[in-house]
Amino acid sequence: MPSILERGYAVGEALVETSWVAEHLNDPNFVLVESNEDPLLYSAGHAPGAHEVDWTRDLNNPLTRDYIQREAFEKLMSRIGATPDTTIIFYGDKSNWWATYALWVFELFGHMNCKIMDGGRQKWIDEGRPLSKDRLAAGSSQYHAPERNDDDLRVFRDEVMQHVLRKGKLIDVRSPQEFTGERLHMEAYPNEGALRGGHIPGARSIPWARAVNENGTFKTADELRGLYESEAELSRLDDVIVYCRIGERSSHTWFALKYLLGYSRVRNYDGSWTEWGNLVGAPIER
Amino acid sequence: MFPDRADRIDALVAIGQRYDARGAADVPRTVEKRVPGCESEVFIDTKPMGSGLKYLFAVDNPQGISAMALAELLDEGLSGVALDVVAKVPDDLVYEVFGRELSMGKSLGLTGMLRMVKHEAAKVLASG
Repeated sequence: MPSILERGYAVGEALVETSWVAEHLNDPNFVLVESNEDPLLYSAGHAPGAHEVDWTRDLNNPLTRDYIQREAFEKLMSRIGATPDTTIIFYGDKSNWWATYALWVFELFGHMNCKIMDGGRQKWIDEGRPLSKDRLAAGSSQYHAPERNDDDLRVFRDEVMQHVLRKGKLIDVRSPQEFTGERLHMEAYPNEGALRGGHIPGARSIPWARAVNENGTFKTADELRGLYESEAELSRLDDVIVYCRIGERSSHTWFALKYLLGYSRVRNYDGSWTEWGNLVGAPIER
Repeated sequence: MFPDRADRIDALVAIGQRYDARGAADVPRTVEKRVPGCESEVFIDTKPMGSGLKYLFAVDNPQGISAMALAELLDEGLSGVALDVVAKVPDDLVYEVFGRELSMGKSLGLTGMLRMVKHEAAKVLASG
């Protein structure tokens, strides 16, 4: 397995090895954050000193379908003991699917000192690294955040519609069954909250998990280019929109395109299929 | 169940850690036994027990702590219980246990485990 430096990434500093994290557990310049889909995992044991950032409780607005606003983000950063100069190291379950989602939300607030621990929680455990069940006391750092700025990283349905009309590039990172709309016919299960199955016209299907190896680490830049450039016909200067069901899986692909392949214009459509598949009159392909 | 999220999580973690892995001899890893929609790779088998069934779970994802917790709860709570009672357990039980802050995928997986238990009970009930 080549090291991160050997994998040819555009911004290799966006990833750190588990061994590097293990050596920096007590470094005050870094805050380690675990973000999982499974709400029990953090309490079952986490990397020593890691704070939990929960995707529903901490990142989402509890009322409106939207992310938190500036004040809540400032409180969150204070709780995890971060200042604007702190580098946040994210990791989590599902090959860092939720960790990249958290990182993406942090960047909406301009906190760009963020990295992902390659391989995530499972790799940390598989390597026999220490776990702690300690509940960390809330921090009290001062954090003044700017207002959330969605412009460069996030895209909304009307812009997606314009993008479709311009025949812009879209990557659907859901499963092949979701892409084709087959999931509508799965007995006894809702189609993930959508009334229609299929995909946004023109989207290419590259399921998010294809970007990672079996041990949860990201594939090399060459392998990623094989997926996104040879197979999905993207190129680095394209204006790319990625989407999934609610924007979590697509955050993983957003991270791979932006940091590992160096795409300059890639945005996450977090409305994703739960919005598009319910939108009256929205065009759909199967 | 627990009004405080942290208490609930701690309790569920403790329950999940009681789960003992089961091999293929106890729970065959077949398509018919696999819980659909559950990313934690959960398989369920049954055998007669009292006036109901013994529900045997295999959770093959080492990170599937929620699935392990629910497996323990369903086994401890429903094994041996009358089939008509099991068949009528509301799906909302999953949210009462885990709270409503579950991802769609997690909801589907955990609800799928409960539904499969209910389905197994209903199947035996229907066969008389």
